[in-house]
Amino acid sequence: MTDIPMDTMVRVAAHPRRDIGLKARYAAERRFRIYGVVAISVGLAFLAIMLVTIVSKGYTAFWQTTVSLPITFDEKVIDPANKRGTDPSVLIKANYPKLAENALIAKLGISPDNKPMIQKLKGFLSEGARVQLRDIVAANPSVIGTTRDVNILAAANLDSAFKGQIDLGVEEARRKVSDQQIAWMNKLKADGAMAEHFNTGLFTYGASSRPETSGMGVAIIGSFYMMVIVLLLALPIGVAASIYLEEFAKKNRFTDLIEVNINNLAAVPSIVFGLLGLAVFINFLGMPRSAAFVGGLVLTLMTLPTIIIATRAALAAVPPSIRSAALGLGASKMQMVFQHILPLAAPGILTGTIIGLARALGETAPLLLIGMVAFVADYPKTPFDPATALPVQIYMWANEAERAFVERMSGAIIILLVFLMAMNITAIVLRRRFERRW
Amino acid sequence: MSSLLVLAIVVAIGLVAFFIGRQRAAAQDDGRVKPHSRAHYHGWWAFLLAVLPALLLLAAWNIGSSIYLDRHIHAALPERTADSKVASEALDVSLVKSLAKGLRQLDAGTLAALPATFAELQPLLAAKGVALASDTQDYMIPIAAEANTVQSRLSLIGAAVTLVLSIAGALYAFRQIAPRARARNNVERLMLWGLLAASTIAILTTVGIVLSMLFQTITFFESVSPMSFFFGTVWDPRFAAAGSGGSQGQFGLIPLLAGTLYIAAVALLVAVPVGLMSAVYMSEYATPRVRSVVKPALELLAGIPTIVYGIFAVVTLGPFLRDLSAALTGGSPFIQGQSIFTAGLVMGVMLIPVVSSLSDDIITAVPRAMRDGSLGLGATRSETIKRVILPAALPGIVGAILLTASRAIGETMIVVLAAGVAANLTINPFEAMTTITVKIVNQLTGDLEFNSPQTLVAFALGLTLFALTLVMNIVALYIVRKYREQYE
Repeated sequence: MTDIPMDTMVRVAAHPRRDIGLKARYAAERRFRIYGVVAISVGLAFLAIMLVTIVSKGYTAFWQTTVSLPITFDEKVIDPANKRGTDPSVLIKANYPKLAENALIAKLGISPDNKPMIQKLKGFLSEGARVQLRDIVAANPSVIGTTRDVNILAAANLDSAFKGQIDLGVEEARRKVSDQQIAWMNKLKADGAMAEHFNTGLFTYGASSRPETSGMGVAIIGSFYMMVIVLLLALPIGVAASIYLEEFAKKNRFTDLIEVNINNLAAVPSIVFGLLGLAVFINFLGMPRSAAFVGGLVLTLMTLPTIIIATRAALAAVPPSIRSAALGLGASKMQMVFQHILPLAAPGILTGTIIGLARALGETAPLLLIGMVAFVADYPKTPFDPATALPVQIYMWANEAERAFVERMSGAIIILLVFLMAMNITAIVLRRRFERRW
Repeated sequence: MSSLLVLAIVVAIGLVAFFIGRQRAAAQDDGRVKPHSRAHYHGWWAFLLAVLPALLLLAAWNIGSSIYLDRHIHAALPERTADSKVASEALDVSLVKSLAKGLRQLDAGTLAALPATFAELQPLLAAKGVALASDTQDYMIPIAAEANTVQSRLSLIGAAVTLVLSIAGALYAFRQIAPRARARNNVERLMLWGLLAASTIAILTTVGIVLSMLFQTITFFESVSPMSFFFGTVWDPRFAAAGSGGSQGQFGLIPLLAGTLYIAAVALLVAVPVGLMSAVYMSEYATPRVRSVVKPALELLAGIPTIVYGIFAVVTLGPFLRDLSAALTGGSPFIQGQSIFTAGLVMGVMLIPVVSSLSDDIITAVPRAMRDGSLGLGATRSETIKRVILPAALPGIVGAILLTASRAIGETMIVVLAAGVAANLTINPFEAMTTITVKIVNQLTGDLEFNSPQTLVAFALGLTLFALTLVMNIVALYIVRKYREQYE
């Protein structure tokens, strides 16, 4: 058409275009699109802000300030009466903080007679030094009388100051670290004696009233027990229930009742499961409070509907031809399900299970009601011992006033999110790798 | 003998029975008669016959013997008189039981020469790490010792009968083994029962939830009238010290319910427009590349635990909004650190992915033909969405919003941290209000005697919450199902 000369075309007098409001309609179209973009950006921006604030508050928790001191395990301090041969409790009760203080006094070059200066040293080192030094002596009593370098934890306030989190512009009386302590800190820093190390304590310590010696060891073990229990109970029961409903159940009232129940349980508030656990497992059946076992049972009941719904979807996705083929070759219905359908549905079931577990790992509310808000300092040896869980530990730290606890809390959130992320990514990878499109 | 040991022995017998059964069945197959079931089905049948009846018996025996023991202790206790030192008969029995449990820790020598008074006994038990209530009476010691002998005799008999039954079951299964025996059908029938049992757990859970909360709620209503609970406008549970009686708190549901609904409404005001618009954009406008990035990112919001949202609200957003409002008025802040607005906003963000994924499903379920028809008539995309797709999807979207609202009402951690604990009745969204879930947590964490109205009220609140969400869920599920059928 393009090579037809212009003048051969019939010239039509240009109609004035009828105004059908196109401009306005296109503008509305553009506005609508912008609303969509804005909605999505709001969600994503909130996600970004939340992650950034948590990470920026929490990443410092992975480092902890320690002071490297040459500790002299002075017999006069540890065992002044020389009774440790007969009375082992001497080594447990000894005044270990004094050893650390003496070492610090020597290191800073303060005269041992200068009482006011020594008074100012109070609160420089962590009280955790007691346990730290006691463990060294208990492991090897022959260190008494010798000198060795030990990394002693700095107190939480000094740790904050060392990380530059304390505003030195505030007048001295109103902040928790005195000018003298700052001066000492800088001196030790220049010596290289005071430095930040990776905070392994965050992963190993139990509950403590002092931020620098509190960690998530107990919570990690408690959460681990609970996840194992949920996996061992919810996976088999959930798969069995789904197989029944999807493959065997006749369409009748009873099946309908079960289905309504499952769908409703998936939407019941999690705290209601906590009330169930408290009333049935603890008060009626007399199971121990604060135990990971009870927590695991409650989370199992909560996770079951998720797993059942995912498993049923996976079973339903296996095409009928597989069923017909198996039955046609003479398999019984049970053999068809367990030898053909279940293996083919396994990736979908696994994905659903991991997502259910991830939800259970982050769940807090029901655990509060069965007494997992507990101050537990020792590792639980069995699932029946008192324990806490990761999100509950975060909740407990959130209720503490000290700044250093907020840092630990944010660090704990990062760890929890990393766990959850790992689980979710595993689920996505599994789905991508093994999912079959029929 | 402990039940755990008996259990282990029974399972061991079952495993042996499995191998013997399989072996025998395989040996019988001489190629002349075509066997009905493969050899391992005979093995499994032997295992099941050896284990299942025995375990059922063991469980029944344990329950029965504990009831018998209770009766026994009851009968042995002296007649209750006016000057009995122990408050109630039930307490009497439980003291004897814990004493008996303590006595089991002692070695045989000490038990043979048991001291007659509790004062002498206590240090012996304390040395074993057993702490007992101080109101244990002297006359309980012989009863407890007697109860222990009865119990050990009972459990020994139970264990013996269980083991005999287990072996008998295995032998019976062996006798049944024959080439034409229908072992597979037997095993499969039991499996089917197992599958059915697993699927009834959902019903049992619901029944458990309802019954457990109902009983505690009825006990609660014995001391507080339902009228003053459901229609009371003052929440002041007043933690009375144990035993002081007298001061009775007020348990009015209205302020909590108002707070719950207010915060949920704010959350829905945030979540519904944002979630719906993102779902529409994702399904109608976004290119596949954008969708493949943005969709998982939004799902990430759903994967973050609610405690993290709560902490974000209370540590970052709350103080920020307070300072912002102070800067705006140039003095006192009009937004409090913990407020309806903060909690609702954060909860709304948490619910965005819930709304968007539910409505995404619903929008994509609208038949292609309706969309194409509208576009073919010259409507723009947004007109198609607004005039055709959304009206068609409306029932489904209403269902989705109801489901989201039920999530908002039952949400706990965000409001525990960000909404405050004071039970106010206010219409100012920048003040603190509290919710049903917050009060459940408040009433049940901490040291309280279990049977006081202060703790029992938590179950009444829980039942209210459960009923509220149950109605919403069922209506929503009904609507969504109905809607789905309409276009299938």
